[in-house]
Amino acid sequence: MLASKPTPAARRGGWTDFQRRYAPYIFISPFFILFFVFGLFPILFNAYLSFQQWQPGSGLGEMKFVGLRNYTDNLTDPTFWQSLRNTAVLAVLSGLPQHLIAIPLAFAVAGVLRRMQHLVTAVYFLPYITSIVAISVIFFTLFSWQYGVINAALNALHGLPLIGGLFPADRINWLGQKEYVQPAVALVVIWRYTGWNMLLYLSGLQAIPRELYEAAAVDGATGGQQFRYITLPLLRPIMFVAVTLSLIGGLQLFEEPFILTNGTGGAGQAGLTTIMYMYRTYASYSDAGVAAAMSWLLFLVIGALTLVNNRLFGRSGLAGRDER
Amino acid sequence: MTSVKATELSGARPSTRPGGHLPPLSRLGAYLLILVGAVLTVAPFYFMFVFATHTRTEIFQLPPPTWFGNNLDENYRSLMERMPFWRNLWNSLYLAVLTTVTTLFFCTLAGYAFAMYSFKGRETLFGLLLATLLIPSTLNIVPFALIMQALGWIDQPRALWVPGMASAFGIFLMRQYIGSSIPRELVEAARIDGATEFGIFRRVIVPLTGPAMATLGLVTFVQSWNGFLGPLIIFRSSETYTAPLALRTLQGIANTDWGALMCGVVLTVVPLLVLFALASRQLIEGLTAGSTKG
Repeated sequence: MLASKPTPAARRGGWTDFQRRYAPYIFISPFFILFFVFGLFPILFNAYLSFQQWQPGSGLGEMKFVGLRNYTDNLTDPTFWQSLRNTAVLAVLSGLPQHLIAIPLAFAVAGVLRRMQHLVTAVYFLPYITSIVAISVIFFTLFSWQYGVINAALNALHGLPLIGGLFPADRINWLGQKEYVQPAVALVVIWRYTGWNMLLYLSGLQAIPRELYEAAAVDGATGGQQFRYITLPLLRPIMFVAVTLSLIGGLQLFEEPFILTNGTGGAGQAGLTTIMYMYRTYASYSDAGVAAAMSWLLFLVIGALTLVNNRLFGRSGLAGRDER
Repeated sequence: MTSVKATELSGARPSTRPGGHLPPLSRLGAYLLILVGAVLTVAPFYFMFVFATHTRTEIFQLPPPTWFGNNLDENYRSLMERMPFWRNLWNSLYLAVLTTVTTLFFCTLAGYAFAMYSFKGRETLFGLLLATLLIPSTLNIVPFALIMQALGWIDQPRALWVPGMASAFGIFLMRQYIGSSIPRELVEAARIDGATEFGIFRRVIVPLTGPAMATLGLVTFVQSWNGFLGPLIIFRSSETYTAPLALRTLQGIANTDWGALMCGVVLTVVPLLVLFALASRQLIEGLTAGSTKG
């Protein structure tokens, strides 16, 4: 091999050397060029824009520096605060149940299903691959006040003996009454992402060494104790990933509330999220500077909450209690 | 714990699955939980198909329809009158295919570079790439819209597929796969045989990254097909709308024809359901492998 090397190298040495040296840079350059043009530049432009008063229709020359006024405008705007509150409530209302359902579900699927596991996982995963717009349109009809399937089902359940009392007697005006807009949006989000989380937890469960369960069983641990002392602590890393993803996703909620409320924000604006309000400020009010400032304020909130989440669930946090 | 003693005495190996020891009642509960969850998951899809075959008044009656009607062809006709819907589906397909093909090419190329070469600045550049994953993309919609306006790309599909040609997630996925499954010796051997660097990529790397490409391709396709906020900003006329945008417009007009709208929903969702039925195992396995590593 060594003997054959000089011949081709001597013939095409310059070019061979050159392309070997720069190949990796050329190979990764498309991503970085795209990132600088369509990722980094917009961010910097957005930062610049947040200090300008500007209507997109009027041309770049019409920009006017206004200092922090776009920020103070947002911070003194009750609708902005309401949109932040809505976003926070929706993130919790839709995020928490996803995990409270997904973890036992993954435990159940891993525990009792063998051959059917792939099929069941695929079924639970269906909502995740389906267009949010399509989903929201379907749910819009299902949530209908007088004639919707959801109210009809709740009504039927209310008629059952024993557990009937758990279900409301009257039809709920899901999308027409302030109190129910957020639960309705949250239900759609829960429906869409629980299967995804279940899948994450399932892969986490399968990574837990089986010997632990064997040993626990020999020691006489019940299923509940195994769940409490083996599954939950060892699931923590994946729980952290899953919770972080739902938190960041929940704070950027746009499509579900947008379609379910027909773009209006719904009764009492209860379904107006910050991204929706930002879109409205830009598209309907043509106020690009205020919208840009709003996105930076939301970015701060997302960053802060992600940090808090890291503190609670990350490397430290819950670990202490469950380790012996 | 008598049950455990019984297993020990009989010499049977205790089941090793998590939850394998659930007593019969808990097992029943587990089955029940899985069943109820599955029914609730599938139900909206079922009603989507049912509603697509009913008139508007039938959909909103008491009790709501739970079985198929016979208004499908009328709904279809009404949909086609209101929207150039096949055109909208074509737009979605065009966008999704272009995004997927370019993403696969550029992400595999970059993933290969990060996995197999050692070059100056590699760690820094890869760190920068990972950092971009943390930036919430929806926050960028205002400058994105303005840039596309400045470029004159409004109403042009390239406004969406050009920025989507490569993704940090895709490069990360491909790097992990190439780094862990393709031996470096293979690349060295090809180099000694006189192959060019791009030749090695094309003839050695690409044929061996099939499984990872299938996962990334599916994810990219599904994301592009389902995209809403991007198209909402870029496309302004019903001729250029993607399918989700057309659905949104149909819903927005007064006196919505819900039968026609449901028919459009079915046409938008069914291609993905078919794709998923063909490739769900691949998609699910690839996704969980990527996410647990991250």
